[in-house]
Amino acid sequence: MTGNTMENLLEVRNLSTFFDTRKGVLKAVNDVSFDLKKGEILGLVGESGSGKSVTALSIMGLIDPPGYIAEGSAKFAGCELIGMPEEEKRLLRGKRIAMIFQDPMMSLNPVLRIDTHMVESITAHRKTDRKEAVKKAVEVFRKVGIPSPEKRLKDYPHQFSGGMRQRVAIAISLLHNPELIIADEPTTALDVTIQEQILYEIERLSRENNVSLIWVTHDIAVIAGLAHKLCVMYAGKIVERGTTDEVLDNPAHPYTKGLIHSLPEMNTRGKPLQQIPGMSYSPIDLPPGCAFKERCPLADISCEQNPGVTKISENHHVCCFHPLM
Amino acid sequence: MLLFIVKRVTIGVFLIFLVAFLVFCGVYAVGNPVDILISPLATQEEVQQTIKAMGLDLPLHRQFFRFLGNTLQGNLGNSFIHSEPAVDIILRRLPATLEIAFFAMLLAILMGIPLGLFAGLNPNSTRSRGIMAGSILCFSLPNFWIGLLVIMVFAVNLGILPTGGRGETVDLFGIPFSFLTLNGLKHMLMPAFTLSLFQIALIIRLTRSGTRETLNMDYILYARARGLSRQRVVFVHLLKNILIPVVTVVGLGLADLIAFATVTEKVFSWPGVGRLFLDSVVNMDRPVIIAYVMMIVMIFIGVNMLVDIVYSILDPRIRLGGRKH
Repeated sequence: MTGNTMENLLEVRNLSTFFDTRKGVLKAVNDVSFDLKKGEILGLVGESGSGKSVTALSIMGLIDPPGYIAEGSAKFAGCELIGMPEEEKRLLRGKRIAMIFQDPMMSLNPVLRIDTHMVESITAHRKTDRKEAVKKAVEVFRKVGIPSPEKRLKDYPHQFSGGMRQRVAIAISLLHNPELIIADEPTTALDVTIQEQILYEIERLSRENNVSLIWVTHDIAVIAGLAHKLCVMYAGKIVERGTTDEVLDNPAHPYTKGLIHSLPEMNTRGKPLQQIPGMSYSPIDLPPGCAFKERCPLADISCEQNPGVTKISENHHVCCFHPLM
Repeated sequence: MLLFIVKRVTIGVFLIFLVAFLVFCGVYAVGNPVDILISPLATQEEVQQTIKAMGLDLPLHRQFFRFLGNTLQGNLGNSFIHSEPAVDIILRRLPATLEIAFFAMLLAILMGIPLGLFAGLNPNSTRSRGIMAGSILCFSLPNFWIGLLVIMVFAVNLGILPTGGRGETVDLFGIPFSFLTLNGLKHMLMPAFTLSLFQIALIIRLTRSGTRETLNMDYILYARARGLSRQRVVFVHLLKNILIPVVTVVGLGLADLIAFATVTEKVFSWPGVGRLFLDSVVNMDRPVIIAYVMMIVMIFIGVNMLVDIVYSILDPRIRLGGRKH
């Protein structure tokens, strides 16, 4: 952690979100801590089921039973989000903290027109008449590059292409000039060329408006050129965190190294892709010790204990007994 | 939209012809009305004369075409019993049935949707379980039994409601209606309630399962993430999606209520078409039977068409002839 904690927009400490299931307690997020400064972009990377989306929803206060936040704190601009009354949380959501979801096909209500979505998002936080709200909607549509916005507002979600729908979601997230945008795999459902455009668009808008960004993804390649720092999640825990350059150039956790090496590269054409052997643990009743030990080439008897945080450098921390140097 | 309606009407007309043929064959094959209508003491000559007068001496296909020709001119034949046009008799009895059917459906909607919504939003509460248990009861108890039961309780034991009949009526556009007088409403209450029980149960279950399913949709989470109020999420985002299947069931249920109110009408001696139909079957009054069945078929086809149109208003995705995306 560098610098003064005062300038942190978001401080997450020891956050744990559990789900009560028939088979036992599912520890989706387990003792997660990270910081985010104003204007900073954080990449939250991990495979499916590693708890990245649940982390995002916990910050948004959108965890429903049987899920609950077992412990920890999340301070946003000095206000504690965990345990905040529902109505206060509602007033933060969409206004100061906006969220963009993975699948724009699923996140817009199919039976409501786009202008309905836009207007209700505006009037939820600001008393305006419809005309004023539509004007604002047109304005943000221009900002995110949707052509002929007046006409498009009258359309239904199914009349938009995937990329355009995600632009709509971005436009909605920008309506109230939020301080933080949480983007949960916003490009996963899009094809590669559109992915690039959306990436560029979000990066530009967050830079221009000095918005902090948490980018949740399973694709380390997507985030590499975008994020200032990375948190790598595995089985509900952050196993490695640091600046993007340090984590990608010198991965310290065997899992991070495995993730980076499993990416296809230009000079490995024709050769099989590298894999991380084995499967991720079911996060129900995790055995003690490092969750990655079964799949880890370096695991030994010491990994039966919970690994503490090892400092690699000022901005680079890892949870491992055998950090790669 | 116009093309869509024209298509539906064409299919509807074809269906009416098909059903006309089937019904005609079915009724022709059952019994001989001459045996019932003519006194056993009549001479052979008289019998022959009657048969000729009624057109029963012609071969089946000629009888059918004669029937079809007459039908197209709006003439479904004279009742054997009442010696007046079958259509007139049915039209005279229809308002009573329509009145009771609409009233029953109104009851079903007003009770079914709120109860189903409540049960869907609070699936684990005791009250929800009570609602669901009650709906199973409404499904499985036979109409005539419930009818007799409510007559016993409210008319015989408590003496607050009349046992049957239409009560006072007021003419509206020259047609007598019961719902405009207090006395008439009292007469309607029990039969309408008995009729509506099955529909209430159906709507409760449909609304509940729709609510449970829709609550898990991404667009509900997204609506909450945008900071919309709970009322807005439930009554706009949720309800508008649930209404799509409910409209279908209400439409078909209404046709059901009109066509199959026979037993309830009999129990409460409600002078509707259902009772007329039962009497006509007993008396082998062919023209009335055929006219009744044709009317029911037309009602079903008409209601289905209406449902399709309302459906396309509710769900923009199936709106035909709209702009392609």
